[in-house]
Amino acid sequence: MAEPIPSLELVERVIAGERRAIARMLSRAEAGLAEAREALDHLYRRAGRAHVVGITGVPGSGKSTLVAKLAAAVLDTGRKIGVIAIDPSSPFSGGSILGDRIRMGEIAGHPSVFVRSMATRGALGGLARGTLEAVDVLDAAGYDMIFIETVGVGQDEVDVVRAAHTTVVVSAPGLGDDIQAIKAGILEIADVHAVSKGDKPEADKAVSELQSMLALVLPAAGFKRAVPVIKTSSPRNEGIAELLAAIDEHREYLATSGLYEVRRQSIRERRMLKAAQQVLHDEFERHREGRMAGVIAELAAGSISPQTAARRLLAHIGIEVKR
Amino acid sequence: MSNIIRVIIAKVGLDGHDRGVKIVARTLRDAGMDVIYTGLHRTPEEVVDAAVQEDVDVLGISILSGAHMTIFPRVLKLLKERDAEDIIVLGGGVMPDEDAAALKAQGVKEILLQDTPPESIVATVRRLVAERGPK
Repeated sequence: MAEPIPSLELVERVIAGERRAIARMLSRAEAGLAEAREALDHLYRRAGRAHVVGITGVPGSGKSTLVAKLAAAVLDTGRKIGVIAIDPSSPFSGGSILGDRIRMGEIAGHPSVFVRSMATRGALGGLARGTLEAVDVLDAAGYDMIFIETVGVGQDEVDVVRAAHTTVVVSAPGLGDDIQAIKAGILEIADVHAVSKGDKPEADKAVSELQSMLALVLPAAGFKRAVPVIKTSSPRNEGIAELLAAIDEHREYLATSGLYEVRRQSIRERRMLKAAQQVLHDEFERHREGRMAGVIAELAAGSISPQTAARRLLAHIGIEVKR
Repeated sequence: MSNIIRVIIAKVGLDGHDRGVKIVARTLRDAGMDVIYTGLHRTPEEVVDAAVQEDVDVLGISILSGAHMTIFPRVLKLLKERDAEDIIVLGGGVMPDEDAAALKAQGVKEILLQDTPPESIVATVRRLVAERGPK
């Protein structure tokens, strides 16, 4: 048995773009290994160049197919493209079947493309635990654009918005009416809307409905920028270049409006809070049978409320909450 | 070092029989593994590239077309070229016993024929990953 390569030794190889090293580092980022923490911090400091694009939409909307087409279009512009495709873990076994790769086809083997599948492992919000560390790894390895393809979401699981520079929402014609969109807030999260399956006759109606909904909702929500709606057809390769142009245009808009730095800072803060939640969660799991057992017993007996128990949990790791 | 076993399940070449691999994929998922499914009609290059990018522990290839004596040696050669020989290669499907023995001699770790019970597939994957040790 060979000993595993220490993560710190992988850092330079990742930066040099070595595929096996990148792949290994992604596994460690995903597992959240303590051993990899310092190496991931190094890579985080090297990252920050890539344009991170979240692609979300309801299951069956054609996200994976569209991502594959878009990735090919990015490649045509001479850029390196990383894709992180997320699928759900089984809540019963913790295992998963990750099928997003099926749609990628032959492009996934191109030297300037890196595609990685990740399972949610119980994380909500459309992303997986470790997704953003994985983005750092690909960013540091020199990928110019990174797509995060979320699990099929659509009602309120929109973490990707707080993780990406540009969010694309994919809608398909014939999946639910416009009321679904108003309820969900899915209208407001998009920087660019894509209507997939544009070869279907209902697609034009879906585009115009979406445009009229946006005209109603966005000004009221204080949006200053018009959000484009792009009709795409993956099998006919239509609208793909236009969609990429809209994504690039949004990146330009962020830069010229000064919003890029604002968005980056909000992503950093969000990540900090997420990481803190994860630490707390892990601490609790580690001590639930031991030092936290008393609090849990009181909770079970009904002698304290979950609110009070939560404050004891925090006190346990040295955080005094007065309120 | 990470604890969840990652397996890629692939169909290579002109072989449209995917009922078996889908059952195997579900069986491994239900045993708590992450299973990446490539879909039908992949080339050996695509499958090996995917296995490298996904950093899998195990590459399982199902072949029911009779092309196993061409495809497995090609996959093993490509893994070697990509410095990825530590990826465990498993074969599944229907083939004569002498072919299975020949492929194992070339480096396929195990051939799971059509009558292999699901528990035995899970046990084989776990055993081979444990024997390889942490990565």
